Amino acid sequence: MNFDDTPEEAAFRAVVRAWLDENATPRHTQQDRFGAGLDHANYLAAAKAWQAKKAAARYAAITWPVEQGGMGGTAAQHVIFQQEEARYLVPAGIFEVSLGMSVPTVNMWATPAQRDRYVARGLSGADIWCQLFSEPSAGSDTGNVRTRATRDGDGWIVTGQKVWTSGAHFSDYGILLARTDWDAPKTKGLTMFILNLKAPGVEVRPIHQASGEYHFNEVFLDNVSIPDSDRIGEVNKGWQVMLSTLMQERLSVGGSFATDIHDRLVALARNTMWGDRPAIEDARVRGRIADAYLDQFGVELIIRRALSAISKGGQPGPEMALVKLVGAKAMLDLGGLALEIGGADALAGMEDLGSDWRWPEPMWLSAPGARLAGGTDEILRNVISERVLGLPVEIRNDRDKPFRELEG
Amino acid sequence: MNFDFSEEQRLLQSEVGRMLSDVSTSAEVRHVLEGKAAYSGKTWRKLLDMGAAQSAIPEAYGGSGLGYLELCLVAEEAGRNLAAVPLLSSIYLTAEILLRGGSAEQKSHWLPLLASGEVIGTAAFTPYQRIRDVAAPVLDGGLLSGVMTAVPDGGIADFAIVQAADTLVLVELRNRTVSRKAQASIDPTRPLAELTFDRAPAEQLADSSVARQVLDTAAILLAFEQLGGAERMLAMTRDYALERKAFGRQIGGFQAVKHKLADIYTAIEIARVHAYYGAWALSTGAPEFSRAAAAARLSATRAYDLAAAEGLHLHGGIGFTWEMDCHLHLRRARWLGQIIGSASLWQSRLADLIIVKAA
Repeated sequence: MNFDDTPEEAAFRAVVRAWLDENATPRHTQQDRFGAGLDHANYLAAAKAWQAKKAAARYAAITWPVEQGGMGGTAAQHVIFQQEEARYLVPAGIFEVSLGMSVPTVNMWATPAQRDRYVARGLSGADIWCQLFSEPSAGSDTGNVRTRATRDGDGWIVTGQKVWTSGAHFSDYGILLARTDWDAPKTKGLTMFILNLKAPGVEVRPIHQASGEYHFNEVFLDNVSIPDSDRIGEVNKGWQVMLSTLMQERLSVGGSFATDIHDRLVALARNTMWGDRPAIEDARVRGRIADAYLDQFGVELIIRRALSAISKGGQPGPEMALVKLVGAKAMLDLGGLALEIGGADALAGMEDLGSDWRWPEPMWLSAPGARLAGGTDEILRNVISERVLGLPVEIRNDRDKPFRELEG
Repeated sequence: MNFDFSEEQRLLQSEVGRMLSDVSTSAEVRHVLEGKAAYSGKTWRKLLDMGAAQSAIPEAYGGSGLGYLELCLVAEEAGRNLAAVPLLSSIYLTAEILLRGGSAEQKSHWLPLLASGEVIGTAAFTPYQRIRDVAAPVLDGGLLSGVMTAVPDGGIADFAIVQAADTLVLVELRNRTVSRKAQASIDPTRPLAELTFDRAPAEQLADSSVARQVLDTAAILLAFEQLGGAERMLAMTRDYALERKAFGRQIGGFQAVKHKLADIYTAIEIARVHAYYGAWALSTGAPEFSRAAAAARLSATRAYDLAAAEGLHLHGGIGFTWEMDCHLHLRRARWLGQIIGSASLWQSRLADLIIVKAA
């Protein structure tokens, strides 16, 4: 049992580190942000410049074959690059959906023409992609898609509405799941398309989140014309394409959850007074910090187990479901604990409280979203109980009926 | 990176597991549960004959000289099969104190006897949590007087290592100067005894600073027993949920049941990674050892408590009968979770270690 690189992994890590040293700035804390202080347009330009550099060095898609723009490398190398990159100030989030889901999906199913037109530009960040699956009536029930795509000569006319589309406001393209056959059962009448977000009839409206931010959008499609050459995969086989998109995520080992919250809590509790003693001396606070460590370091160790499997050339198991289930809840519980330690003062707004207090309020306010996005807590528990423990799948009374006959 | 045990270690684990499932059956465990024996001699003998119990005792002292990683996996299988054996007392505590603090003569005298099973040892440290007001052991001119309560396997051990203030002393228990009273244990498969020393001859062993490392070592090994027990409860409960029907279908299909089992699984996986990290720290002598031990114990205690209580619950009424094994796990989880100090103590210790590190 060891946490060391194999000699090959160590050699690759050294090469990556040298490249990063030459091309990026190291970060100092887990909370430092790339492009801090830049306005949106300049941030986007800086992020794209970074991605272009990566793509030119073939680091944009390490496990892809060289002829597809990748490095022809292993999953372990992909993970090593991710780990090293995290030590530098690089854009986080802006390419997450694009390169984590959409572009790999296009690459997997692309016709030669689609590959030529879209993949290289996606890898270099010249085009940014979003993912248009969810709708007001299709969240956890992804198959309940109602956006309609109707044949029109050599192409399709699409009308409908998507919701919770992350990054649509700065995306160029998206992978779009639409219904093409209303007489087939639910998941058998769907087709995947490439949507040009700048096409006539596409309207992107930002969603104002409960946390105050605007990361997501509604996307309204009003008779949007899509050529058949922008169809991904076969007609009515879109569900399989959608499933392949979810499979892409298994290599994002690590996710975007903080794993140092217990240390941040120690810092806060040291500098907060409870009566005439620092809060860090209170047994209740100390107990909850110990509990925070169990989940925080636990998540980090679970990720290491997934990495071990990858390093040996195997597949990680259900680790990512566990990481998300525990990590998202931790944002709520530990963000809340931090605020609680501060009493009324902690309610009063970050500007007055100093740099130690910059993280609790945003973490706590965005926690409800984290527990819902990308698989709700309940869906994850279904996944664990069904796929890991072998328990019966949920009873469905809508799986085989023609979609036209279903209500709601 | 290999955050896992080796293939050879896994092979050993499955051999030990196979043996224990043949020998440490429900009937065998219940034999001890119902007071017909103080421990399962059969199971203990097999664990010794396989060289499993003595995995971490060097060959020079009659052990198998394999290592702590192997002993952790033996512990996991012992926990899974509710083995009613003196692993904690004789191996995790007594052998460890000797290895870490004994003189050359003490090691070469006692370790081979422990490793062969010829003797059983136990240990009693000054308890932090105390209900009864008894006279703490005191050393006077090489003679020990005082009382230690709730000593694991105190009734069957041949000798004990006892803490008297800042010293650890070795006392032979088959002696007129030692009286032992069996105490009813909440887990009768893991008996307890009260030991009263009345000017008992005591041999100096080490100063009590060795106790910290030994308790941390025991914490990690017990965490593997707790892990094994929790895994067994999860498997039993999952199997029951697939078998039992209500309202026309398997109860395992009801979401409340599914989700509760998913939560037990999650708690076990958190406990697993902390136990593994503890195994790594123990076997490499890493500086993180104490912190890893506290985290392993705390997460494993919670996981086993949850699996035992909620697993029994998901069995419905039949889970609450003497004849089902659910309560055997409930009792064992409670015993393991408190025998070297309960969760709150170890939570407090973990907090101290984290907060000091962050300074």
